[in-house]
Amino acid sequence: MADKGYLPKEKIKEFVEALGKDAAVYAPCLEGDTIIFRQYTPDKEISLDRPANTPPKGAIYPQCETLLSFEFKKDAATPQKMDVELKANTDFPKAVVFGGRPCDAKGFTVIDRVFVNTDTADPYYKKRRENTTIVTKCCNGPYAGCFCVGVGGGPASREGSDVVMTEVEGGYYLEAVTDKGKAVMSLPMIQDGSSYEAKAKQANEKATAAVRNPFPADAKISPELFDSGDFWERVVDKCLSCGACTFLCPTCYCFNITDEQAITTGERIRSWDSCMFQHFTLETSGHNPRPAKYKRFRNRVGHKFAYYPEKYDGAIACTGCGRCIRYCPVSVDISEIVGYLKDPKADPKQWAADKKDAKN
Amino acid sequence: MTGNENPYLPELATVMKVIDETPNIKSFQVVFNDTEKMKNFKFEPGQVGQLSVFGVGESTFVINSPPTRMDYLQFSVMKAGEVTTALHGIYEGDVIGVRAPLGNCFPYQDMKGKNILFVGGGIGLAPLRTLILYMLDNRADYKDITIIYGSRTPPDLCYKDDLKEWEERSDVNLILTVDNEFPGWEKRTGFVPTVLKEEAPKSDNTIAITCGPPIMIKFVLQGLAELKFPEENIITTLEARMKCGIGLCGRCNLGHKYICKDGPVFSLKQLKELPSDE
Repeated sequence: MADKGYLPKEKIKEFVEALGKDAAVYAPCLEGDTIIFRQYTPDKEISLDRPANTPPKGAIYPQCETLLSFEFKKDAATPQKMDVELKANTDFPKAVVFGGRPCDAKGFTVIDRVFVNTDTADPYYKKRRENTTIVTKCCNGPYAGCFCVGVGGGPASREGSDVVMTEVEGGYYLEAVTDKGKAVMSLPMIQDGSSYEAKAKQANEKATAAVRNPFPADAKISPELFDSGDFWERVVDKCLSCGACTFLCPTCYCFNITDEQAITTGERIRSWDSCMFQHFTLETSGHNPRPAKYKRFRNRVGHKFAYYPEKYDGAIACTGCGRCIRYCPVSVDISEIVGYLKDPKADPKQWAADKKDAKN
Repeated sequence: MTGNENPYLPELATVMKVIDETPNIKSFQVVFNDTEKMKNFKFEPGQVGQLSVFGVGESTFVINSPPTRMDYLQFSVMKAGEVTTALHGIYEGDVIGVRAPLGNCFPYQDMKGKNILFVGGGIGLAPLRTLILYMLDNRADYKDITIIYGSRTPPDLCYKDDLKEWEERSDVNLILTVDNEFPGWEKRTGFVPTVLKEEAPKSDNTIAITCGPPIMIKFVLQGLAELKFPEENIITTLEARMKCGIGLCGRCNLGHKYICKDGPVFSLKQLKELPSDE
């Protein structure tokens, strides 16, 4: 099987429909002004013009899914006794994530470390991940808020992808990254790509050079500034705790589990949750370890840039996709905040003074 | 886990006995419906389980019976929220779900040959109970065992049968206290941290294990520090809001550690090395 090829632009629809022959294809579809990952059907319009508003995370990790279903059963011979029958389904069809960006594909690798590479793997995520092929479109350049190179990625990064596509004259140059990806290359509309290889390389280099890195090289987070309540209160003062940042994040994976029941049947449902919500850690007693907005925000940034790296060999749980910056209703900028934390001249006293000024 | 490949899938279990411990705490003795799984079930003192009331939800409770007594698993539940209220509506013979064991255990092997000081308050005796009973079942492995236990009022004391038995044993030093004087109560009064100070147990070759309400733990830790207990010899067991119980759902973290999976048992030394939300 070839591991390189060329796909003319006019064959995109045909390619996606071929991918969908034995799999559900999730593609960035245009809905009004929004591009959103949807399960592809021929009536939908795919758009690769800019990164989608949402990451494709939900294709492998749905926003809501059933973990178990239960049914109460009663035997007339023992009327006092109610039995419970449990069912858990982890049998999922094949899927393809088409047209995500390198930051989106890398997002899955962040979740993999937590959900798959553990002794208590999540069977739902794991099975869907195994069954999914990821065909990624490299970025032509940065979009507002992007900072993938600052977190070890890039507009042509292959991490997490099975195939990467680079836009070249008249179409896309395709490279298989994995065996799953090689199988894609054998589709009939994929042509010989050898004459485009050099141009694709050039395009990827140009795109990489254009992406900003908001962090000084090798800079470490200042523990003193990280601990400073004054700093956090100041930088997240405007945050609304709406949680949009976490729901649009390709790496955020925190979830809630709730039961729903109607008469004798019910389901245990897992849904995305957000560490930005006050209820996230609120205990029944009324005690809340993170009652203040700045404590929740510090935990979110800490999780992505300090706690996760500590646990997973330096890997950062942020892919720099920029969505939380682009779509924050009050323009909180995580790259700016981490930039302050990584500034070698970071001084908590300065922030205490600033806070005082802001109040006056 | 009970051998289920799916860590979210609970084991069905029947409640054999419900015990009213206090006006708002009940204990549930449960056995798995699958007798093979019950026979092969292994856990260590301090590990927890998630109890399910199907249709209402799941919550985390410590297994407070010891691994040396495997006729049933016992969990104690204070009526506080949705799941605990539903559990208080459970009758003997009802079926619930159990996901266990979860989390780490007390370092009970390292405690061999040492004096043991338990300091508990209210339902905080539950996680201590599993270890106390384990140690009493292996009494020769441990030296002096002292238990300081208190609650608001005498009816709020948990495990009254156990307390009576421990009080009668010559190889256990049990000190009971309630916050204020109470009709018919002839033992000590005063908060647990105050009683700890008055008793002033020696820290030499002694491990202290404490569990109770956060405010009690705070002052007990101060008291133990004053008694010169080294931080690595002070053990506590934590709780937090939990959902998955397997370190995935993200809500019970202290820095990069998850209370459900890396805990719930931590030494004071370990806790001081973790970032705090303070």
